[in-house]
Order: sequence, then structure tokens, then C-alpha cells
Amino acid sequence: MANATDLALAADKPKFEPLSPEQLAWRRFRKHRMAMAALVILGLLMVYVVVGGQLVRGYCRPIDKTLTGEAWANCNDTGQKLRPPSALHPFGTDVIGRDILARTIYGGQISFLIGISAAIIEVILGTLVGSVSAFYGGWVDSVLMRITEAMLNIPTLFLLIVTAKFFGGKLPSVNLFGRELTGSVLVIILIIGATSWMYLARIVRANVLSLREMDFVAASRALGVSDRRIILTHLLPNTLAPITVAATLGVANAILSEAYVSFFGLGVQPPTASWGNMLDSAYRYLEEAPWLWLFAGTLILLTVLSVNYVGDGLRDALDPHGSRHM
Amino acid sequence: MINYIVRRLAQAVPQLFIISILLFGLMQAFGDPLATLGARTPPRAEDKIRLRRQLGLDQPVYVQYLVWLVGNDWMQVDANGDGAPDSPGTRKGILRGDWGVSLVTRQPVLVMIGERLPNTLLLMLTAYFITIIVSLVAGVYSAVRQYSLVDNVITTASFVGYSMPVFWLALMLMYIFAVNFKRWGLPYLPTVGMYDPAAGQTASEVIKHMVLPVTTLAIITIAGYSRYVRSAMLEVLSQDYIRTARAKGVTQRLIVLRHALKNASLPFVTLIGLDLPFLLAGAVVTERIFAWPGMGRLFIDQTERADFPVLMGILMLIAVAVVIFQIITDVAYSFLDPRIRLN
Repeated sequence: MANATDLALAADKPKFEPLSPEQLAWRRFRKHRMAMAALVILGLLMVYVVVGGQLVRGYCRPIDKTLTGEAWANCNDTGQKLRPPSALHPFGTDVIGRDILARTIYGGQISFLIGISAAIIEVILGTLVGSVSAFYGGWVDSVLMRITEAMLNIPTLFLLIVTAKFFGGKLPSVNLFGRELTGSVLVIILIIGATSWMYLARIVRANVLSLREMDFVAASRALGVSDRRIILTHLLPNTLAPITVAATLGVANAILSEAYVSFFGLGVQPPTASWGNMLDSAYRYLEEAPWLWLFAGTLILLTVLSVNYVGDGLRDALDPHGSRHM
Repeated sequence: MINYIVRRLAQAVPQLFIISILLFGLMQAFGDPLATLGARTPPRAEDKIRLRRQLGLDQPVYVQYLVWLVGNDWMQVDANGDGAPDSPGTRKGILRGDWGVSLVTRQPVLVMIGERLPNTLLLMLTAYFITIIVSLVAGVYSAVRQYSLVDNVITTASFVGYSMPVFWLALMLMYIFAVNFKRWGLPYLPTVGMYDPAAGQTASEVIKHMVLPVTTLAIITIAGYSRYVRSAMLEVLSQDYIRTARAKGVTQRLIVLRHALKNASLPFVTLIGLDLPFLLAGAVVTERIFAWPGMGRLFIDQTERADFPVLMGILMLIAVAVVIFQIITDVAYSFLDPRIRLN
């Protein structure tokens, strides 16, 4: 009872400001201890791949130069191949003698870039298809939903492999954030985005379908608001919670998908490192060189686990009464 | 009921067409299936041209698609490869049950799939069976004891399992139970293949080779499934009729097993029904790492060789199975839950 009195007293004070929905969500998120821990770990991983990139350097024997940054990550000294972790190479060296520590850092940048960009594409496509489908209904809905179902009928990994093979080597290199990215990175981003939007589209569709019938939408329509504006300012903001959660989990899924596709040699092409392509062929050296897959694999696990926990926390925070499995 | 099934099947037809056109189009860019023909030396240029004509690969994509779909016995094909059509085709097309012939091995697609399917099913069904049992037990237990130590352990473990890359787990298990157990002089498990060629394909050999891949697959799937069972159970356990049962003095055991689990298993049955057809696809990553001769590996191997009749066969087999299982699941659901009416 004391609490209630305190609150009542606090409410009387003029300085008391009610919490915004964002602040309330943040309060709930903070209570999810694992999600908070995951957020910290993700921050540390970001520091690792960003700051680490500025710090790594080493002496590249074949060209007789001390290299920094990505050049060091790509320096292959075949005389030093498959060396176990040592002071010079803290994570060991790979099959053609590149420093694995430097490659996990630069590979991490690529994996994060792929995860985030692919999730953005997924959200744009999924939201677009879901909202248009639900808002217009009729044949538009039928066509879009048949395509969605058709894509869900093919196992995700098969679809990814087929599209990766289709687009492989068709895009030019680009320069981004001062790094030369091979076209294969763009291809991977596009195909992961293009093959993962279906579940989000269904969630958005279901939400918009029920929102569409609400009075405030009817009111907007009576006022002559355009379809575009109704979708963008009335329907989608009310679906933001599941979209945010799906976007977060999408990052984790994209990082995993990249790893699987690159594992088959169809993903990011060397010399560019990614956590996925570092594992390509590593399983052939299971006995001799476990460090080949241990570090990159563990970084993937840590990242995906953290992102999933953040997603779980967001779900609890944004949608406290919502169903746990969408 | 019959009406419903027929209508659903009719709806599935355009969907399957979309899938087949989409896939066939994508596969045109896979590279040259005649690049090596599975041999080490590439064929001579004139042989390639002749083969291309004989296999109909010189035709436009839509003609190739039509041939794949309805066959070519209604048109003249270039059987001797001299550049002019000379005799009627022999292909019947997939609509009449002719799945085509592999471009690489020249074996019928059905034979190639038939060789791999039993291996994949052996692996996948075993793993799936274990998955269902374990995730039911773990999910129900952790829902009943929500927020207890065991629940926290199970929930955390399933979260980790859910986030684990398959290859990481597979390599880890291999490293511990095959490589290191061997090093420490303990009984160790084999890593690759279905059986040791020296020992032959005996039941005990195959079982020994199945342990690691099955464990890998089961752990990954259990993680997702037990979370699902737990949340379904929690939802049911919080409902009024459970409280009523408690108030009437029904024992906990009876409440959990008879009243709650029965209703909570409805969404679980749906999940299983929708996931079952994907077992046909095998597990691409797991089969690759453990060198298990299943469908997933066939798919990857033939992708590298651009052997599109085989790839189309595998993908369409799965797509058709998915459609059929969706209908079966819906029908089964309406039997299990009388509130659902199919129409």
C-alpha cells in the first residue's frame, strides 16, 4: 500500500512526467538480464571487429614488408601454413598461411555487414509484400501470397544455394567504408534478403489485416487520406513491434545463412574473409588444425546467440502481451 | 472434406508451376553441365556441340522447360546431333512421370534419388524421432516447473542450441568424440561415411556411424522444438479449465498429461506435419561434414556439376511433398480439434 501512496504523491508533483512508450519498453528490456548481457557482448564484438582492424599488423615475409589492416589479413605466407596458435599468430594460421586473428577481425566486419544489410532488405521486402497484400486484398493478395508460399515450399538452404549459384560472379566490386568489397559480398546480401522475407510478410499481413478494419483507418479513409499514407503512417507504425523483433532475429539468421552458403564455397569469395568462408574446407583439417574452425565458428555462435537474446528481450519489451511464437 | 481436399490440391497446382518455372529459370545460370561430364578431361569442342544438340541444351529455355514438363515425343529432335531435327523425341516429361536423365551420370533421375532417399530417411527419421521425444519431455517439464532451476537450464540450453551453427556443433562433436577420444585411448566414434568399407554395411556399423550426425541434427532441432512445446504448454496451463480441474482436486499428473498436454500438442502436431516433408531434403551441411550419402549431398554434388534434371527432381519432390503434407496436416488438425471447420 505504501507504494500506491508514494505513486499518488509523486503524481501530484508538477515535475512528474509520464514515461513514453519507448521508455517503458526500455524499462522492460533492462529487466531481461540475458538480453542486457547479450547487448554488452555484441558491443564488445563490434569493438573487436572495428578497433581490432586498426590495431592488427604483422610482418609479411613473402613481400618483405610490415603490413597493417586488411592487407595483413590477406597476406599468405605458405611457409607458415597451418601453424598452431603462437605469439606471432595468436589464433594460428590457415591452409595458405594467413593470420587467423586478423581474418576473424576482417571476416567479422563482413559478417556483420552482411547480417545487418540482409536484414534491412528482408524487412523492406517483407513489410512491403505483407502490407500491400493485406491492404489491397483480392487478386493482389492471392498472387503475392502464392509466391510467398511457393518460396516457403523450397527448403531455405536449397533456395539459397540455387540463388547463390545463379548470381555468383555477376556483380562488380564496390568501395564501401574505405574497403574494397568483392561483388560476392553484395550477391550474398541480396540473396539472403531475397530468400528470407516470407515469414515477416506473413506476420505483417496478419497484423495489417486486423488493423485495416479498425475505426481509425475507416476515419482516415473518410477524410480522404491516400492509401500510401494510410499504410505508412497508420498501419505500419502499429506493426512496428513484430517488425523490430523480426529484423533483429533476421540479423542472426543472415549471419548464419552467410556461414552456410560460404561453407559450400558459394558465398563470399576469397581473398575477402568472412566468418563463413573461413570454415570452408576447415573440416578437412579437423584433426590437424582445430583452430581453423574453432575461432571463426565460436564467434558466429557468440554473435548469433547474442542477437537472438536481444531479439527475445525486444519481444518481451515491445509486445508484453503478445504471443511468444509468431 | 473431399471437396476441401480437392480444392486445396487444385490451388496447389499453380503454386507448383510457379516453383518449377522459378527454379528452372534460376538453374539456367548454373554453368555448363557438359564442362567436364564428370570425367577429368573436358570433351572436345565438336563433341560438346553434338552432345548439346542431342540433349536439347541448344534449345531456348522455354522449349527446354516444356520438354522437361510434358516431354518431346510430339516434336522432332536432333538425335544424331548434326544440327537438323531428324527423329521424334522419346522423353515423356515430368507430368507423365518421366523425371528425366542426369546430364552427368546418364542415370535416370528417379534411380539416383532412389539410391539416396533411404539413407537420408534413416538419418533424418531417427534424429526426428529422438527430437520429438526429448523436446516433449523437456518442454513439458520446463513448462510445469516454470522458472525453476531445471527450467532455466533447459531454456538457456535450448537458446544456445537454437543459435548454434550446425557445422560448429558437428565439428565440435567430431573433435571431442572421434579425434580426442581416439587420442586418449577411449572407445571413439567414426566420423565419416555410412560404414567402414572393410567391415561392410552391417547394422552395427551403420548405427555406429549414425551416432554423431544424428546427435548433431537432434540437438539443433530439439532446441527449437522444446521452446515451442514449452510455450504451448504454458499457454494452456494458464487457462481457466486447468484451474477448474485443480480446484476439483484432479492430481497434477493427470492435469498435465491428460488435460494440458492434449491441448498443447495441437500446435505441435501442426509443426511436425509441416516439417516432416522437409526431412526428405536431408541435411545439407550435416551430410556434407559427415560424408553421409543422402539427398542433401546429392543436391550439393549435382549443383556443382550443374546437373539440373536431378536438381529439379529433388526440389520438385520436396515441393510436392510439402503441399501434400500441408493438406494432411490441415485435415488431421480438424479431426483433432473439432472447433476447426474446414471450408
